[in-house]
Amino acid sequence: MDLLNALVTFANFVFIPAVAYGAQLAIGALGVTLIYGILRFSNFAHGDTMAFGTMITILFTWWFQSMGISFGPLPTALLALPIGIVLTALFVLGTDRVVYRFYRKQRVATSILVIVSLGVTFIMNGITRFIIGTEEQNFADGERFVISAADFKATTGLAEGLAIKSTQAITLATAVIVVAALFWFLNRTRTGKSMRAFSDNEDLALLSGINPERVVAVTWIITAALATIAGVLYGLDKSFKPFTYFQLLLPIFAAAVVGGLGSPVGAIAGGFVIAFSEVMVTYAWKKVLGYLLPDSLAPEALVQLLTTDYKFAVSFTILIAVLLFKPTGLFRGKSV
Amino acid sequence: MKKLLTATAACALFAGAVQAEDIKLGIIFGFTGPIESLTGSMAAASEAAIAEVNASGLLLDGSTVTAIRADSTCVDSAAATAAAERLVTGDQVNAIIGADCSGVTGAILQNVARPNGIVMISPSATSPALSTAEDDGLFFRTAPSDAREGEIAADIMTERGIKTAALTYTNNDYGKGLAEAIATAFEAKGGKITISAAHEDGKADYTAEVAALAAAGGDILIVAGYLDQGGVGVIRAALDTGAFSLFQLPGGMIGDNLTAALGNSIDGSFGQVPGTDSPGMKLLADKSGGKFDVNSPYTPESYDAAALIMLAMQAAGSSKSTDFAPKIMDLANAPGEKIFPGELAKALELIKAGTDIDYVGASAVELVGTGESAGNYREIDVIDGKIVTTRFR
Repeated sequence: MDLLNALVTFANFVFIPAVAYGAQLAIGALGVTLIYGILRFSNFAHGDTMAFGTMITILFTWWFQSMGISFGPLPTALLALPIGIVLTALFVLGTDRVVYRFYRKQRVATSILVIVSLGVTFIMNGITRFIIGTEEQNFADGERFVISAADFKATTGLAEGLAIKSTQAITLATAVIVVAALFWFLNRTRTGKSMRAFSDNEDLALLSGINPERVVAVTWIITAALATIAGVLYGLDKSFKPFTYFQLLLPIFAAAVVGGLGSPVGAIAGGFVIAFSEVMVTYAWKKVLGYLLPDSLAPEALVQLLTTDYKFAVSFTILIAVLLFKPTGLFRGKSV
Repeated sequence: MKKLLTATAACALFAGAVQAEDIKLGIIFGFTGPIESLTGSMAAASEAAIAEVNASGLLLDGSTVTAIRADSTCVDSAAATAAAERLVTGDQVNAIIGADCSGVTGAILQNVARPNGIVMISPSATSPALSTAEDDGLFFRTAPSDAREGEIAADIMTERGIKTAALTYTNNDYGKGLAEAIATAFEAKGGKITISAAHEDGKADYTAEVAALAAAGGDILIVAGYLDQGGVGVIRAALDTGAFSLFQLPGGMIGDNLTAALGNSIDGSFGQVPGTDSPGMKLLADKSGGKFDVNSPYTPESYDAAALIMLAMQAAGSSKSTDFAPKIMDLANAPGEKIFPGELAKALELIKAGTDIDYVGASAVELVGTGESAGNYREIDVIDGKIVTTRFR
């Protein structure tokens, strides 16, 4: 019984939140890694692309809600998501046309493109704040829980509750679908293969007749879709606030770098590594240990390595450690 | 003879002129800055008290009072000190009503009020640190210290049989001070605080913070945060993970947005917020004439701060700060005839006649300790998704 209680506590406060967070980071990191692999620069505007896409989705969610359209037990935002993706893709393609293409034609150094993307970040930042404001928005509706803590306690008779929010379940399901679709696209379709070829060796790809503008456009569209999906899932599960999306940039980049920049599998693994480290290092293990250890050994203190204020420090430390000791990341991406 | 008469008349005139003076009161609030939405109403209430006294013509044999506003900015101590310095040395004010926020109030007290021997009555500075600040007997406040709210919260919890509590606070001076006050008071009453952890406002997700709180455990979670900020996020995460179902809610958490955001999921939770059922509030509302809003925070306290200064001048027979400062405590507290808003003329007459008064005012002023309001609190319960006032303390 004690073992079960310990497991349930662990699942409730560590495993389930970390899996959902990890999936959100993984989808975000996939976008960063694709841009790095194909366009060869770190896109700092990714966090704000997420915020922009989520904002569009929220606006359409409100419009649907005002017309009385709902998605049954699922959040209405999922209905608005495709519109969000399309408009964000158009916006991002516009940015590419107006800003990035100019620099690409000049064949500028990567570092310049990084700074250019920082400029784009600030513009997108401002646009998002102008349209929806700086405040927090909650736009989740529909059924809130798959299992609520109270129901779980009542059915199992355990002392500890286990809650699974429907947004966490949706996050995981969506992540699986998105990742499967992306890998199918990259490995099986002609366009996907040409993207990988372009990423592996640009000159060779150009010689074999691949249209670079097309590859770039498709990359931006996929990135916009990934960013919007990641942003909406994060916003549904937690809440939407432009500033927190900007801050998400750090764990997302950490995830992409840890996995190996340019490697899609690495981005997914990196997302989960970062999420689990953040949650586990800042979790207070007192309760779990209290169930597992005999009473005489049960800890009095919280057994918390770092307070939750240091959450971002965890991803930062991992990022630095990886850059120092294994700059290509876990899955042999490109060295930074 | 004629000359003598003229001389006597001149003397009489002269004497009268000396006695009836033009008293100046500085009102230093943050008219710009984070609480600029509150200070307009606060200053108007102080000026209403001054107008009331001027209309009576009874203060110090017909002296008139002029209010001079200055900007404390609420956050910039250097700017506030400069503004106060100008009030004292340039405008030659006799006393200061203010300042508003705790930080600038402390700065003005140490840099301007004490060196120049000027009385300050703040209607809104609530930091416990001001209770122990060196003040040479010149500093008073009609607002209670946050330490007082800690005692009230501890009383309410002990009376309801709460033995252990987890505590989280918003990571700033207000949150930290209040958390310490609650923890000290609760533990003095035999309760146990299992954990006291800060939360940052403006985060999207508080699951990790709640996980630590849940690991420590407790009968109840005390959330010393803000209603429109992290406080609600913490409660939502605690409810979602089933970590806590009961919450103790200090003043910063109480408002309509709380139940709008959480509905009846926090039924059974309780808390306290500054408030009084004293008739003074209604009397002040009646005489506001649309110039200020009595329900705006610290507006009644601002009226009381101005009134106390002028009544103390009358009691001391002098408008000099060092003369009237010792009178303020006597006037604010029992025994004596109770004085409510709108009765300042009556109070001035009574004081002149030598009758003891007990200034109750709009905020039911009762000064304790080194001259700060004892504070009146409204105990609230959340019942069926609504905030209900249970009693006044």
